[in-house]
Amino acid sequence: MKKKLLALLLTGAMVLSLAACGADAGTADSAADATETQTETTETEETTEETAAAAETTDGAVTGTLKLGFIGPITGAAGQYGSLANYGAQIAVEELNALGNGLTIEYQPEDDVHDAETSVNAYNTLKDWNVQAIVGCVTTTPCIAVASEAYSDRVFMLTPSASSPKVTEDRDNVYQVCFSDPNQGSKSAEYISENNLATKVAVIYNNADAYSTGIYQTFVSEAENRGLEVVSTTTFTDDTTDFSVQVTDAKNAGAELVFLPIYYQPASLILSEMDKQGYEATVFGVDGMDGILGIEGFDTSLAEGVMLLTPFAADATDDATVSFVKKFNDKAGETPSQFAADAYDAVYTIVEALNAYAAKNGALDVTDLSAEELCDILISTISSDDFSVDGLTGAGMKWNASGEVNKSPKAVIIKDGVYVGM
Amino acid sequence: MLSYLINGISLGSVYAIIALGYTMVYGIAKMLNFAHGDVIMVGGYMAYITSSYLGLPYGVAILISIAVCTLLGIFIEKLAYKPLRSATSLAVLITAIGVSYFLQNAALLIWSSNPKSFPNMVNFGTLEFGNIRITSASIITFLSCVVIMVALTLFTNKTKVGKAMKAVSEDKGAAQLMGINVNATISLTFAIGSGLAAIAGVLLCSSYPNLTPTTGSMPGIKAFTAAVFGGIGSIPGAMLGGIILGIIEILSKAYISTELSDAIVFAVLIVILIVKPTGLLGKKVTEKV
Repeated sequence: MKKKLLALLLTGAMVLSLAACGADAGTADSAADATETQTETTETEETTEETAAAAETTDGAVTGTLKLGFIGPITGAAGQYGSLANYGAQIAVEELNALGNGLTIEYQPEDDVHDAETSVNAYNTLKDWNVQAIVGCVTTTPCIAVASEAYSDRVFMLTPSASSPKVTEDRDNVYQVCFSDPNQGSKSAEYISENNLATKVAVIYNNADAYSTGIYQTFVSEAENRGLEVVSTTTFTDDTTDFSVQVTDAKNAGAELVFLPIYYQPASLILSEMDKQGYEATVFGVDGMDGILGIEGFDTSLAEGVMLLTPFAADATDDATVSFVKKFNDKAGETPSQFAADAYDAVYTIVEALNAYAAKNGALDVTDLSAEELCDILISTISSDDFSVDGLTGAGMKWNASGEVNKSPKAVIIKDGVYVGM
Repeated sequence: MLSYLINGISLGSVYAIIALGYTMVYGIAKMLNFAHGDVIMVGGYMAYITSSYLGLPYGVAILISIAVCTLLGIFIEKLAYKPLRSATSLAVLITAIGVSYFLQNAALLIWSSNPKSFPNMVNFGTLEFGNIRITSASIITFLSCVVIMVALTLFTNKTKVGKAMKAVSEDKGAAQLMGINVNATISLTFAIGSGLAAIAGVLLCSSYPNLTPTTGSMPGIKAFTAAVFGGIGSIPGAMLGGIILGIIEILSKAYISTELSDAIVFAVLIVILIVKPTGLLGKKVTEKV
């Protein structure tokens, strides 16, 4: 009896939600041009009429309910990354659900406070919820821990921003939306030398962190190739609050540019220390620097002129970015960072891959697919040569079988407290 | 070299000001108040909230923060330590660790773990001598240390209440027989220690503008080391220990290795304790405080 009631209720809810989607579809379409397929509108009508049974009759479409999990530091020292990424993913989910083309995404975010152990717990919570694919984790160290669990469980992971090659290597089920660290390091050196930003460079990195160390290594080797002179290299560890030694060293060595392949929170302390010592050098960061303007109470004038390598600039004028920035502002009350854009692209990439698979192999109802079946589908599609996604963080993003993405880098500079494209 | 030395002294005076609170409480109540570092964190948050959210001037914010921490200190003492007055010192020590975790997690619930960037509340410009720059935060921290050290020494040696404190530290039973209210005296000690923690919190966060629920724990441990270094219970010892610790830390970071600096600091501590078990200024038959 209970089951019947439940079934009735669920069908009712489904019909209602589909009907609602049908009504909304017109307004949402323009924003979501990235995934729009030709057949949408006709499908919507069909599915509304025939409810769940429509799945078998539509050709090459993806239907059913996809349980999508998200893991990231929504709070904590890296909270800027995770909370914004979460909003970004939510916007993508809302847009896709509003299309009303038979595919409904159930989305569940879990907070890992940038801690490996908490992250694995978050993953287990999602497993209990029967998650089918995961957008996450947002940061590298937790991602490595979760990726090895997900690898043995065969759950597909697409990380928006965990950039270390350690996340993807030897695991066929993990893919990245962001650049991998080696790419970030060498692209930074390339950018600095091609734009003649400096010849003498100082590097301060966190050698207790896989992300930071990874970027540092490729940066240094690429810098050497390009004739940049690294005059000061200093390190710190997670609990460090006093950066006087590192900054003094860079200053005494006469570095014109300080390269910071680190997260924004220590970066804010370094900027404040540079100000204290009256050291005026260009500061160049990578994706970890993104979020520095969002620290509560942070004096943004300290970050004036800071440059960072990022695939996403919120002031870009293309339609997709403008629409995303507007929606993001309405939802989160702030400007999206690249993490938000990466997560948005991650959700779309998964759905695009399902669409591509269905287009080739016929209709696909994802409701009853196990995480393992879905994992195989996604791996075979995403790593295939003819699959590419035009996202906010790059046009024609393609993936190789090792999980790394290929797209071109951009840099932004902080001017008057906002990120401006260069 | 000179600039490293100055960095060392400014870091050291932050340790020293925290160590003064540690040593004060230990000298009189004979207990290690491991929650001291977390009272510092609470002090930092109080100053941050009153100035950033309520928009009060820094001076008022600091005074409110001192008042709140003083009350918090008395409250903690009454609730957690007083019932254990006759218990073993180990029980009190474990309770102190418990209080420390309690404060950290309460702060985590109330203020979340998102770091806040603390405004420099003692910013009056920077002194420059050629290549050497000294910030007002460093100077004020150092001066506050000296003032507090002198004031505490005078207080315990010259005033009636201060003498009562010394009496309690030497022999609780005898002090009670002489008509000293032992409980009130210990409460007062905690009140002063926690008030100092609020000042230390503001100065710590003004120099290193990063406020999280665990802000106080690492400096707290370092300051405790400094207090032991200088001879725990000795007020000038805490100051000396703090400054020396800061200098060793910065110099070993600059000339040996940034990762090994903590290891070097603690290695020096071990050597000192082997050579002089009571610390630099500690006396064998201690005249505490």
